[in-house]
Amino acid sequence: MTHPIVPVRLYVLIFGALVALTVLTVLASLYDLGGGRLHYANAIVAVTIAVTKAALVVLYFMHLRYSPRLTWVFLGAGAFWMVILLVLVMADFLTRSWLPIATWGG
Amino acid sequence: MPETHPAHAHQFETPEQQYEVSTLGMWAFLVTEIMFFGGLFAGFIVYVTFYAQGFAEGSRHLDITLGTVNTLVLLGSSLTMAMAVHSAQLGRRSRLLIFLALTLALGLVFLGIKGVEYSHKFHEHLVPGPSFRFDSALAQNVQLFFSFYFAMTGMHALHMIVGAGLLIWLMVGTARGRFSTEYFTPVEVTGLYWHFVDIVWIFLFPTLYLVARHQ
Amino acid sequence: MSTEPAAEHPNYLTVSHTVRSWLLTRDHKRIALLYLISISGFFILGGILAGLIRLELLTPQGDLLLSENYNKVFTLHGVIMIFFFLIPSIPAVLGNFLVPIMIGARDLAFPKINLLSWYIYTLGGIFTIVAAVTGGVDTGWTFYTPYSSIYANTNVVLTAVGVFISGFSSILTGLNFIVTIHKMRAPGLTWMRLPLFIWAHYATSIIMLLGTPVVAITILLVGLERALHIGIFDPALGGDPLLFQHLFWFYSHPAVYIMILPGMGVISELITCFSRKRIFGYQFVAASSLAIAAVGFLVWGHHMFVSSQSVYAGMIFSFLSFLVAIPSAVKVFNWTATMYKGSISLRTPMLYAFGFIGLFTIGGLTGLFLSALAVDVHVTDTYFVVAHFHYIMVGGAIMAYMGGLHFWWPKITGRMFSEVWGRIAAIVLFVGFNLTFFPQFILGFLGMPRRYHMYPPEFQVLNVLSTAGASILGLGYLLPAFYLLWSLWFGAKAGNNPWGAAGLEWETPSPPPVENFERTPVVTEEAYAYDKPQPHAVPEASRA
Repeated sequence: MTHPIVPVRLYVLIFGALVALTVLTVLASLYDLGGGRLHYANAIVAVTIAVTKAALVVLYFMHLRYSPRLTWVFLGAGAFWMVILLVLVMADFLTRSWLPIATWGG
Repeated sequence: MPETHPAHAHQFETPEQQYEVSTLGMWAFLVTEIMFFGGLFAGFIVYVTFYAQGFAEGSRHLDITLGTVNTLVLLGSSLTMAMAVHSAQLGRRSRLLIFLALTLALGLVFLGIKGVEYSHKFHEHLVPGPSFRFDSALAQNVQLFFSFYFAMTGMHALHMIVGAGLLIWLMVGTARGRFSTEYFTPVEVTGLYWHFVDIVWIFLFPTLYLVARHQ
Repeated sequence: MSTEPAAEHPNYLTVSHTVRSWLLTRDHKRIALLYLISISGFFILGGILAGLIRLELLTPQGDLLLSENYNKVFTLHGVIMIFFFLIPSIPAVLGNFLVPIMIGARDLAFPKINLLSWYIYTLGGIFTIVAAVTGGVDTGWTFYTPYSSIYANTNVVLTAVGVFISGFSSILTGLNFIVTIHKMRAPGLTWMRLPLFIWAHYATSIIMLLGTPVVAITILLVGLERALHIGIFDPALGGDPLLFQHLFWFYSHPAVYIMILPGMGVISELITCFSRKRIFGYQFVAASSLAIAAVGFLVWGHHMFVSSQSVYAGMIFSFLSFLVAIPSAVKVFNWTATMYKGSISLRTPMLYAFGFIGLFTIGGLTGLFLSALAVDVHVTDTYFVVAHFHYIMVGGAIMAYMGGLHFWWPKITGRMFSEVWGRIAAIVLFVGFNLTFFPQFILGFLGMPRRYHMYPPEFQVLNVLSTAGASILGLGYLLPAFYLLWSLWFGAKAGNNPWGAAGLEWETPSPPPVENFERTPVVTEEAYAYDKPQPHAVPEASRA
């Protein structure tokens, strides 16, 4: 009715990419990608792969690619708001140690 | 106004408006789900930053094979769900039924494997609470990790069960000839929900299972 | 639609009389009335609890209630007033009734979900009441951990479930409004022609959708911790109680904007009608609603200045809290400018609007006091805070609700209320409110802590004044209950537009027909076109 009909071939292609990315993320986790120095390297790689997989599902399986701009705005707002939550909460926890009065134990 | 489809609700001017409104409504609901799971992820990220050791230890006690299999199962169910919507768009009733059934089956496989994992954790005394036992200085942080594990995968599983219910409802509707190329909105909207639940797992899997496999 | 002559067309009230037709209705107007009955019931409950608090505080000793029971009373007062009265009130009653009509639609986008949201709300209320009568809960409406998650011996889980369920009602209402406003406006009704009531409800709905899920998961986690030992906030496991506070206030601060924004939307409608003038700075007022919704999500840490939150995070939150006052101030300036050289008429709804502007300004300014880190250290957890939020919520939100209820009463019921009694009640309310809550600013500044049922004897005079004020305030709420109900049987029948107001809702009969309009209206001019000649320019004479 409104969306163009996505060819089956494209769906199967996307699925293949998703499987490949899953295998990739599992393999990547088995190696210390930061070479012992950069602790967050593995996390960054894992998140990047996850975001890529999610993007493929959202764009093609959920038809966002063919959806009106308003849908993009809704989704963008949701993602952005989650980032707000994360950033401001972490702003508290990460800056507590800057003042040498009380330390947050570990 | 042209003859109205039986599913055309009175508050809408056209079937197109009804379709756009229904899908926009589901997207709005999915935004609320982003914030719902977002709260859990935010809490996890705070703790994993400061309790890296304990959380890594906990993560290593999750079965990476079962986790990976489950990820692939759920991705497969997204493919079958997309194929179901595709069939509905083309008015292919029997194919729609088959793909809905496949999606449901894969979803149930996922839940079954999850159940197996949960029972393993129960036997290994890794369920938080009075029965928790872990021989290490990091035991308390590991218990914190498993609190998140059960809360997050439990919430996800709950959403999958709701999704399974929706799929059954769709299968009944399909059998009764409710959907056609002119009207398949419930299929599309359920599809959006199902894909979202898949996306939550796409993030849950590395977050919980792959914290520090290289150590 | 029907093209029969205007004989006896049934309206939404008379079209059917069975109980079933009410309990299974999909008509947004009937659902609004279902909500009106429910929230009025909860308001009475919350008010009785407030009465108990004020009664206890007449004397310095804790002689009316045991401390444990006093804790339960103020907890329940907060939970009921916030989750079961203030958050639904304007959106679920006035919003549900008016949003479709104001945009020229036949109903909301999802009528069945609208009905579902009322049932969900009722279910949540039942859980909360059961929790109250089977032992109550004493954690404060804020449920702080680890008291709520580990040490409390009261019905935390039951209350948490009730609040959790009611949150879904809120989410579904917001979802319905957002989709409806985007997709179901009448031909010609562009965004910049929308009534400001709609802009306010749109902004409110954004907050409902983005904020409520976070408190939902947070309350769920407290319940899980109590029931299943999933200890996310347990210090023994390394959990941080402050994580609870962050997640809780991430919603609960924007929640206060859920409570006030719809009221601001009502005030825009009242000021323009009773000044017979276009709103000053329409675009600024519309934008300010969105700004409040957005910036309101960035300030929650001002509830945690003394919690051991990082001082640097506190500074950021303090700065942002000052910023969020700006859009509210824009509204107050623009309402005032609207009234300048307007033709003011002091009808009952306008009296409430005046009360709102003055009291909301005081409440908002005292919010700035609290946003300043140094001042907050002194007055946090004192009656200063209690006074601040009651000025906004009672002096602001409830006054707006009362004003709106009176303004749209003829549209909803088809009857006019007694204008004399309306004015008397508004003034009684205003006097009673100030007597109740102004002394509390002083008490807080002098150091009287909140949530205590005993206090040093030197605070007694101010407390007695406050309790006296509360009885007058109660009278101010009782009077409308009487004369509004009286009007249902004996009030003068209202025509389409008794106030001579602009807006699509005034172009349809009072009460409206089931489908709201005979024909879908086409909009050709901006909102509040009071400067243009109108067929309904002269308001009906009022009957005392």
